[in-house]
Amino acid sequence: MTLIRDDRAMKDVYIDTLIKLASEDKNIVVLDADLMNSNSTIRFMKTYPDRAINVGVQEANMIGVAAGLAATGKIPFSHTFSCFNTRRALDQIYMSVAYAKLNVRVVGTDPGITAAFNGGTHMPLEDLGVVRGIPTMTVIEPVDNVMMEALVSDVAYYDGPIYLRINRKEPLKIYAPGTKFTIGKGMTLRDGDDVTLIASGIMVAEALHAAELLEEQGVRARVVNIFTLKPIDKDLIVSCAQETGAIVTCENHNIINGLGSAVAEVLAENHPVPLERVGVQDFFGEVGPLDYLQKRFAMTAEDIVQKAQRCLSRKDKGV
Amino acid sequence: MNTVQASDQKRLEDFAHQIRVATLKELGHRGFGHLGGAMSVVELLAVLYGGVMKINPQDPNWAERDWLVLSKGHAGPALYATLALKGYFPEEMLLTLNEGGTKLPSHADRNLTPGVDMTTGSLGQGFSTGLGVALGHKLDGKDNFVYIVLGDGECQEGQVWEGVLFGGNAKLDNLIVFVDFNKQQLDGFVDDINPLGDLGAKWEEFGWHVQKVDGHNVAEIYAAIEEAKAAKGKSSVIILDTIKGKGCHFAEAVELNHHMRFTQEQIAESLAILEGGASS
Repeated sequence: MTLIRDDRAMKDVYIDTLIKLASEDKNIVVLDADLMNSNSTIRFMKTYPDRAINVGVQEANMIGVAAGLAATGKIPFSHTFSCFNTRRALDQIYMSVAYAKLNVRVVGTDPGITAAFNGGTHMPLEDLGVVRGIPTMTVIEPVDNVMMEALVSDVAYYDGPIYLRINRKEPLKIYAPGTKFTIGKGMTLRDGDDVTLIASGIMVAEALHAAELLEEQGVRARVVNIFTLKPIDKDLIVSCAQETGAIVTCENHNIINGLGSAVAEVLAENHPVPLERVGVQDFFGEVGPLDYLQKRFAMTAEDIVQKAQRCLSRKDKGV
Repeated sequence: MNTVQASDQKRLEDFAHQIRVATLKELGHRGFGHLGGAMSVVELLAVLYGGVMKINPQDPNWAERDWLVLSKGHAGPALYATLALKGYFPEEMLLTLNEGGTKLPSHADRNLTPGVDMTTGSLGQGFSTGLGVALGHKLDGKDNFVYIVLGDGECQEGQVWEGVLFGGNAKLDNLIVFVDFNKQQLDGFVDDINPLGDLGAKWEEFGWHVQKVDGHNVAEIYAAIEEAKAAKGKSSVIILDTIKGKGCHFAEAVELNHHMRFTQEQIAESLAILEGGASS
């Protein structure tokens, strides 16, 4: 099965859904730090100029202003590239937002290697780890446009601060229109009982492709999408461990502190089975096209197959 | 310019005295704390809570209230004393400062203390959150005022200058920022560490309505607030010329008075001096 690329950019689906929601709720406010054209938040600005704030190149101030707006009952969505959110404004996300219990929706775009041509300086490979270490934070990475559109309203009205990690580009279509999603619940995309591929973000498509390659080798791989990194769907992960006995995580992030680490924590404390982690193996990012970077950092379907084989061999040997 | 009536001035001075005494007892009971920067904002708090702010101590989150964002969150103990005296919570609670499980932590916390409007402590952040509150009120067409208190050392933070630029351009005339210019920071004198230069000129350059007054003179503070409120279409800052540790004989303007340890005898002596001063 070949996945089809959506003709709409995820950032546009996101912002158009938010604009629609804002037509029903005047409390929704959008902030950006001089990336309105990059993030498509300019569309919100054009529709609701009074409720869109471009603070300029001021990430720390933006997060604080968003927190203040939340204190007056607004529902602020703040936007910048993921790297500037979580590196520059971490203290603000920690104290002004989460610690102060002010429900800002912190939206980070261009996650991981999708920052492609902006290069290593702009490549957030640590953002998920940083935000998941903050108490009360909910961490969500939508996979395709069906999920993106479905989640916007849930994100707006969720009780607690949220980090929303969005790939700006046209995503591959994963979910059928009308699919329902629940924050905190993973989705099983393909069944199998030999090994589970637990994937997030752009790596979901790679995992689905890898499952097909594994099938050709007689391996029945289950594919699960964990789109809520925190709170993580512990029950689903444990049942995958019990039923398949081997797990490979696939993430567009450093393998330290992201999905692989979160799954490892669940397994170690509940049902230890062999685990392999596909993702950036603790390197800085680099500039280049996305397909080059996926190969460079061993994040292709073939890399997942290799890790799955290793994992299956460990499962057989019981190590 | 509206000036404070003589009777009101006396009342505000008395209130400032009460806040200073209560803050000293509160910190003194614990034996250590951020004494210097608490003492320097006492007159400001007396004017705000005693004569300017629209508040309802029985309903701390009253939607029509004015807000105070104590961006220099380490002055929390002075704010707590003020709130207790206004009836937000019993004065006895002041003696729980920094105890395990207390509602009165070193740095101000909106989720713990009745009457505290914003969580602060990491310097510079209260400025941005205060700007957000003022913007939120503007969006709702409400006339609630927001008062933000910055320290002078705090003005070394980059986030403060993000806020000065943004706040100046946003022309928030429902907002007044105060800088407690007490010349000292944790490690010593501001001028010896990273001087701020002509702070008023800098804010003015960023488009703010700037005033400088004696931060220990309640009449001057009151008049400056009235003038700031009259300056429509501009964000306002009032730079308060203050003395760190003001009114505490062993702390006033002495070196390293940001966070101090003190004995019960020192506190008792200081209180005796203060009480003597009040009756004169």
